[in-house]
Amino acid sequence: MGTEMTGADIVVQALTELGVEVVFGYPGGAVLPIYDALFQQNRIRHILVRHEQAAVHAAEGYARASGKVGVVLVTSGPGATNAVTGITDALMDSIPLVVLTGQVPTHLIGTDAFQECDTVGITRHCSKHNYLVKETAKLGPVLHEAFYIARSGRPGPVVIDIPKDVQIMKARYAKPGTIAHKTYKPQVKGDLAAIEAAVDMLAAAERPILYTGGGIINSGPVATQLLRELAKATGAPVTSTLMGLGTMPDDHPQFLGMLGMHGSYEANMAMNQCDLMVCLGARFDDRVTGRLDAFSPTSRKIHVDIDRSSFNKTVRVDLAIQGDVGSVMEDMLKVWRARGHRAADQKAWWEQIKGWRARNSFGFEQKGEALLPQKAIQRLYEMTKAKKPIISTEVGQHQMWAAQHFGFHDPNKWLTSGGLGTMGYGLPAAIGAQLAFPGALVIDIAGEASIQMNIQELGTATQYRLPVKVFIINNEYMGMVRQWQELNHGGRYSESYSDSLPDFVMLAQAYGWKGITIEGPDDLDAGIQAMLDHPGPVMVDCRVAKLANCFPMIPSGAAHTDMILSAADERGEADDDAKALV
Amino acid sequence: MKHLPSERHTLSILVDNEAGVLARIVGLFSARGYNIESLTVADVSDDHAVSRITVVTSGPPPVIEQILAQLDRLVPVHRVIDLTAYGPHVEREMALVKVAGVGDKRVEALRLADIFRARPVDTSTASFVFEVSGSTEKVNQFITLMREVGLVEVARTGVVAIARGAEAV
Ligand SMILES: Cc1cc2nc3c(=O)[nH]c(=O)nc-3n(C[C@H](O)[C@H](O)[C@H](O)COP(=O)(O)OP(=O)(O)OC[C@H]3O[C@@H](n4cnc5c(N)ncnc54)[C@H](O)[C@@H]3O)c2cc1C
Ligand SMILES: Cc1ncc(C[n+]2csc(CCOP(=O)(O)OP(=O)(O)O)c2C)c(N)n1
Ligand SMILES: [Mg+2]
Repeated sequence: MGTEMTGADIVVQALTELGVEVVFGYPGGAVLPIYDALFQQNRIRHILVRHEQAAVHAAEGYARASGKVGVVLVTSGPGATNAVTGITDALMDSIPLVVLTGQVPTHLIGTDAFQECDTVGITRHCSKHNYLVKETAKLGPVLHEAFYIARSGRPGPVVIDIPKDVQIMKARYAKPGTIAHKTYKPQVKGDLAAIEAAVDMLAAAERPILYTGGGIINSGPVATQLLRELAKATGAPVTSTLMGLGTMPDDHPQFLGMLGMHGSYEANMAMNQCDLMVCLGARFDDRVTGRLDAFSPTSRKIHVDIDRSSFNKTVRVDLAIQGDVGSVMEDMLKVWRARGHRAADQKAWWEQIKGWRARNSFGFEQKGEALLPQKAIQRLYEMTKAKKPIISTEVGQHQMWAAQHFGFHDPNKWLTSGGLGTMGYGLPAAIGAQLAFPGALVIDIAGEASIQMNIQELGTATQYRLPVKVFIINNEYMGMVRQWQELNHGGRYSESYSDSLPDFVMLAQAYGWKGITIEGPDDLDAGIQAMLDHPGPVMVDCRVAKLANCFPMIPSGAAHTDMILSAADERGEADDDAKALV
Repeated sequence: MKHLPSERHTLSILVDNEAGVLARIVGLFSARGYNIESLTVADVSDDHAVSRITVVTSGPPPVIEQILAQLDRLVPVHRVIDLTAYGPHVEREMALVKVAGVGDKRVEALRLADIFRARPVDTSTASFVFEVSGSTEKVNQFITLMREVGLVEVARTGVVAIARGAEAV
């Protein structure tokens, strides 16, 4: 059965059948046969990046924005090792990817051959699954299975290592029917008895809160709709992790904003004081819980997650429901309606929340010469929101300010590296998202330090005429590092100053981009407008106050109730226990 | 949660008999800081498609629960059974114990071996290699006694285990 084809042709054929439109990659000796096969077809578009790490982040941005599997193609040895940071990033943030790596021919494996590395060994613990394909005949089935694994259950990156001789040899290939893996069968439906118990707990709660996360985005746009219905039915306040932003509209009266280390006062206080916490597709990350023994000490907790290992990992819960959060919320709503529940009287609870909200914890006051970074992001939001932009970020203070001050109203519009916190993620991720949505406004909110970690990708955007915007919040510091040094290490700014910065405008121009400088509050709006008016890619060097700190903040190892709201609460030097935490 | 008292658990893991699976399991234990007290692996199906890995681990109950969940989500893992939690099961290990000595010591070694139902599987005029099998405690005890009569070296298989009764678990 099937047609006789070379391994390289099987790769291209299978990818086509799997609906792949874009592959992000970089060629080299061990993948030349696949590149040759790509050259001779026009169904799959190959995007040539400038560094393999960026290929993976671009595929992540593409995947997160579109909900599809991102595909990467790199060579053996350095190509594969350069991809490792991106693969790890995708694992931490549950992003579905298939990464194809070239390998030396099978008979040379293990001989320290030119550009050989143990790719399956290196990626074993930073991928959801990986394969070394030693026979051409297995290539087709492995590719189809890899896509199934990458996107089902808790999504993640799957690596397929393909020796060069396997690409050249021929085998019969036929499109397989539906893939059902012999052992990997993620549970989608939640247990009905548990769902009924959860609904009754929700109906009886006086101080409930929905704590939502990236799992809702993983589940797909329907889950976002269902969350909004569930919020409406129960009347409960909703908070979101960094990864879940956009699932509740930012201006929804029941939305308390992001929770956690740099989350809002009301979100963290409500988590601390609730009597029932319903965690929907979030994983009790340490940025969210703060000190574990002080984390919401008196509440009962329900956790909905597709991955059993997320339950009771750091926080014990009273009721765990394994399943797809969309499916579980759908069943919860059915049960809720069937039982005729109405939202309980939460008047006292909302009064309390109103009090916390009145602290206006994201508030800031723009005065004086220096532009506050918060102000820059707030204006960027206000001036672009009608266009429903897709926002990516690098990592640091600017990322947190973006989470706090850019309002998100829809899922899949917010691309950020949460779990690994990878500087250099934002520009390639924006490129990937722009490829998925050529007509969209895509902005990378960057720091001047992070942007230099994958700055070479300016060339990729130019080559493919992608009108990506990079908005650099330039505080001349690795601000997040500097902030921790101010708070924990007596203000000793060891190696956190961004010295010898390039002239970003000239740099942009050198790559064929437009460059704009915003010097202060007075040219902020004009600068943003000029960025929006230019049809091509633009880099904005927005100079902001150098020493601004990102508040509110729950210092590492502190409880939600020990939140620092402003500079006045700073501690200056931490004790050794706190210093030891990340 | 890590401050609760530690428990010893015997896990039986059925996996695809493929290259790299053992590395995946062992790597999971080391990457997440779980203990491995012993580990055995061999293929157990007619078609050589499935292997059984038996791991003896220890940790507080929440850690054991995490270990089970983490193993369960690995793609090549078919099933994970916590035999300690399951209940009635048999655990055995085998050791080859080399003892050298002459005269009284040699006689005493043979006598003790007999009590433990250990069989000499190699004999020279100055040494024995005994094969002993049983629970970990029994094997430990035997080895301790052999120290006094000229223990030279030991090789052990680690624990293999299976549930009691007619059914496959
Ligand atoms: C500088 C910096 C500061 C940070 N500060 C904060 C902060 O203040 N607040 C904050 O929230 N985060 C912060 N983070 C991010 C943080 O590190 C974590 O990445 C984030 O909190 C995890 O989000 P999550 O819990 O939604 O889980 P995700 O990492 O998005 O994981 C998704 C969870 O949902 C489950 N899941 C996946 N698919 C499904 C499905 N279909 N159905 C059901 N479940 C599913 C997964 O198994 C997993 O448990 C910060 C990161 C950085 C770099
Ligand atoms: C690859 C990588 N290296 C180091 C870090 C540690 N780190 C976190 S934030 C940060 C500073 C980022 O500076 P910048 O991009 O200027 O952002 P700012 O905090 O100033 O907004 C550093 C070095 C990281 N997250 N990623
Ligand atoms: Mg900076």
